[in-house]
Amino acid sequence: MTDFEITPQLIADHGITDEEYARILELTGREPTYTELGIWSAMWNEHCSYKSSKKWLKTLPTTGKRVVHGPGENAGVVDIDDGETIIFKMESHNHPSYIEPYQGATTGVGGILRDVFTMGARPIAVMNALRFGDPDHPKTRHVASGVVAGVGGYGNSFGVPTVGGEVEFHPSYNGNCLVNAFAAGLADIDKIFLSEAKGVGMPIVYLGAKTGRDGVGGATMASAEFDDSIEEKRPTVQVGDPFTEKRLLEATLELMKTGAVNAIQDMGAAGLTCSAVEMGAKGNLGVHLDLDLVPVREDNMTAYEMMLSESQERMLMVLNPAKQAEAEAVFKKWELDFAVVGHTTDTLRFEVFHKGEKVADLPIKDLGDEAPEYDRPWLETPASIRIKPADIPVLQNPVEALAELMGSPNQCSRRWVYEQYDTLIQGNTKQGPGGDAGVIRVLDETGRRKHLPTQKGLAFSVDVTPRYCKADPFEGGKQAVAECWRNISATGALPLAATDNLNFGNPERPEIMGQFVGCIKGIGAACKALEFPIVSGNVSLYNETNGEAILPTPAIGGVGLLTDVSLAMTIPFKNRNDVVLLVGGHGNEMGQSVYLQHFFDREEGSPPPVDLAKEKSNGDYIRSIILNRQINACHDISQGGLGLALADMCVSSGKGCVVDLGDEDAHIALFAEDQARYIVTCHPDQVQSVTDMATTAGVNVIPLGTVAGDTLKVTGVGTISVAQLKNAHEEWFPSYMAG
Amino acid sequence: MATALEMVSGVKPVMVWHQETEIPDVDLIAIPGGFSYGDYLRAGAIAARSPVMSSLRDKAAAGVNILGVCNGFQILTEAGLLPGALMRNAGLHFICREVHLRVENTNSYFTRSWAKNAVIRCPIAHHDGNYFTDPDTLKKLEDQDRVAFRYVNENGNVNDTSNPNGSRNNIAGILNDRGNILGMMPHPENLIESLHGGTDGLGLFKSMLENVA
Repeated sequence: MTDFEITPQLIADHGITDEEYARILELTGREPTYTELGIWSAMWNEHCSYKSSKKWLKTLPTTGKRVVHGPGENAGVVDIDDGETIIFKMESHNHPSYIEPYQGATTGVGGILRDVFTMGARPIAVMNALRFGDPDHPKTRHVASGVVAGVGGYGNSFGVPTVGGEVEFHPSYNGNCLVNAFAAGLADIDKIFLSEAKGVGMPIVYLGAKTGRDGVGGATMASAEFDDSIEEKRPTVQVGDPFTEKRLLEATLELMKTGAVNAIQDMGAAGLTCSAVEMGAKGNLGVHLDLDLVPVREDNMTAYEMMLSESQERMLMVLNPAKQAEAEAVFKKWELDFAVVGHTTDTLRFEVFHKGEKVADLPIKDLGDEAPEYDRPWLETPASIRIKPADIPVLQNPVEALAELMGSPNQCSRRWVYEQYDTLIQGNTKQGPGGDAGVIRVLDETGRRKHLPTQKGLAFSVDVTPRYCKADPFEGGKQAVAECWRNISATGALPLAATDNLNFGNPERPEIMGQFVGCIKGIGAACKALEFPIVSGNVSLYNETNGEAILPTPAIGGVGLLTDVSLAMTIPFKNRNDVVLLVGGHGNEMGQSVYLQHFFDREEGSPPPVDLAKEKSNGDYIRSIILNRQINACHDISQGGLGLALADMCVSSGKGCVVDLGDEDAHIALFAEDQARYIVTCHPDQVQSVTDMATTAGVNVIPLGTVAGDTLKVTGVGTISVAQLKNAHEEWFPSYMAG
Repeated sequence: MATALEMVSGVKPVMVWHQETEIPDVDLIAIPGGFSYGDYLRAGAIAARSPVMSSLRDKAAAGVNILGVCNGFQILTEAGLLPGALMRNAGLHFICREVHLRVENTNSYFTRSWAKNAVIRCPIAHHDGNYFTDPDTLKKLEDQDRVAFRYVNENGNVNDTSNPNGSRNNIAGILNDRGNILGMMPHPENLIESLHGGTDGLGLFKSMLENVA
């Protein structure tokens, strides 16, 4: 075969450092072949090896009484009773989505769905957390419209409902958007499939779509910063085919029923290389691959290209040989490729053959689970200064200002986005996007209702406030977890576990590494206190363009359980004369608030601190009054404070309210972003019992007013019509995208 | 759709594979929504040429009732079993939202349980639901009372703002001349229980069940 000479330039082009190359020489025992260099690069890049983050990820709480499988598998597995589990994960596709928004987003969705069904789960819900640059930046509209169309294009065709997500604009994402896709699927607890190969001499089978040259080197690209030459990287973006993914889902689940699967792994980043190495390394086995047997859709592909291709909709399986005929028939039926391409060995070597030649022969453990791990130097983020309420500028009419805020890019309705997603497919959506959390009814695997006394539901939310994380990584990390947990609690669901998608800049810069370490510590503290373990996740580093890093963005995706889905609580006001109550008391934390950012262009001060004990007791209280059927509406208070939360409740119901802030300064009480707070409404007859329960639970509950009229009225402060709020809320997104 | 049919009728529907050539004797053939063959080429175009379609044509000719929802409607027009075509939505985006429909024809197998001109809520979820046909066919559909559903506002009025996708005459669903085939873009099966926030879609299933033993 024709091989490139291994030059220092070629090594650098593979993102391999001098120290790493010295280690590669030692482990290979000679100069690597070109194909081997590609394999080392694919396995040791940041995206696949987590070499900068592993040390810190190990500190996260990952166990709990409901955790069946934590990090290390394709997705986390959590017990939801009755012999069922929810399997979920979130993963980024940031770099490809900036280069080619539509395909970058589609393949992000496709990849995360495969992670879930590789384990034997049928996907029942997806979410996505999207972050784009300043609305006025020339690329933002193009990136946003392409990403949204791509997310919808893949998920809609595949047939899974989108139940929630986030969309945020900020100049730090001008050159580096974030596309974080979450997927969750259901599987019976005794029918979960893992990636660890078992037994020597077992056939290794290639499943799904054919291999092409698309995506060659994608994972290496995702581990580098962007500069002005990014347009040249377009060929490393893969192309998604949702119909093939749908067939692969059905074929895989059918295959699993035959008993043919010994181990299975989807081909994601670094395709054939990563999936084969992972299955072998985890099982302490060697792998022998014959590339002449790999189904290809292009002529004259080299071993290097085949090993590094990121063609989509592919799987690798270790087969129980007794079931080969049955397994093959399933894939024939779904018109997908099924090819035995190798076998497991007892050598602990990763051996690859092409056209009769051995093109790679490497130690599999060093490629896989014993890849390098770095303790990168990090600098603690300097402490931010709390801004005293007295130093906050006063707005003349804070109630009228609510309309402006409701119509601002970051607070306006996301309807333009989520109406492009199928939110109803599968027929189990109780609450789609636009609520505090999405809620889905649980059916069994055949799609029929389980014969249980009540129907279970699952709640899903994804959250992070990157401004907070930048100002104070530790509190910001805590807040991301707390807000996700709170949003789930606001539906009445018990938060069970979470997945994290950690998006940061270049970890080789100590101040960025400091943001990462701070956020991880905060996430860990909150997950521990709230009994909300991290069961899966993904790290995306090097989110920088020309040396400018994104805001630290550790998105947290959480799942909660409702034993009776019919009790799920929602945001809109329900009945006039219902009493409006503030749970958690008035606030005065204005640092990093939407108020300061939007009206005064100041991203300043320390973010609201998170009192985890208070968060827990207030959330537990909220869940109990929901499940006791004592309240009629509930909304958590987050960015934009009490004022924006009340406006949301008005706009979603078309009903107004009259509230009294007592002696509080209106601009502070309305816009402070103190945590652990909710607004609830109840029938006047329930006020006594709701407040009594709060007293017993040690929770501060303040009656604010009543649901009434067609205006949002703050007594003695100001009034604005619900219609005006609604128009402002709905207008910005469609008119911006049409611009 | 299969889950909805089972829930409403208590009978599990028989599933038919696209490569089968013989559809069994049944009361109703439902072609559900989805993205058959990925909707590559055109929505419904490849499915309309799949092996099972010749048996479907025989059944249609024999008067068996056929319901096509969303992609099912697209397949039926592509197969020529219903007139017209479903083009890309006027706004060029996929749309998933709840709309209002007016039930125009209440004599058919599919719609007879509703009151004439009833206004119902119903979700839509499609990229290609912009119903188009030539003026003569459109006139024929209107004159022969073959428009089953029309997009309206909540007061039952037909206008441009209540038309989500640009369909001619706000058409959301049509019948064939014999009345045994209904194609519609909206998804009544996704509004049939309290979980969905309403039961307006049940009318379709009640209509179809009226004569089933």
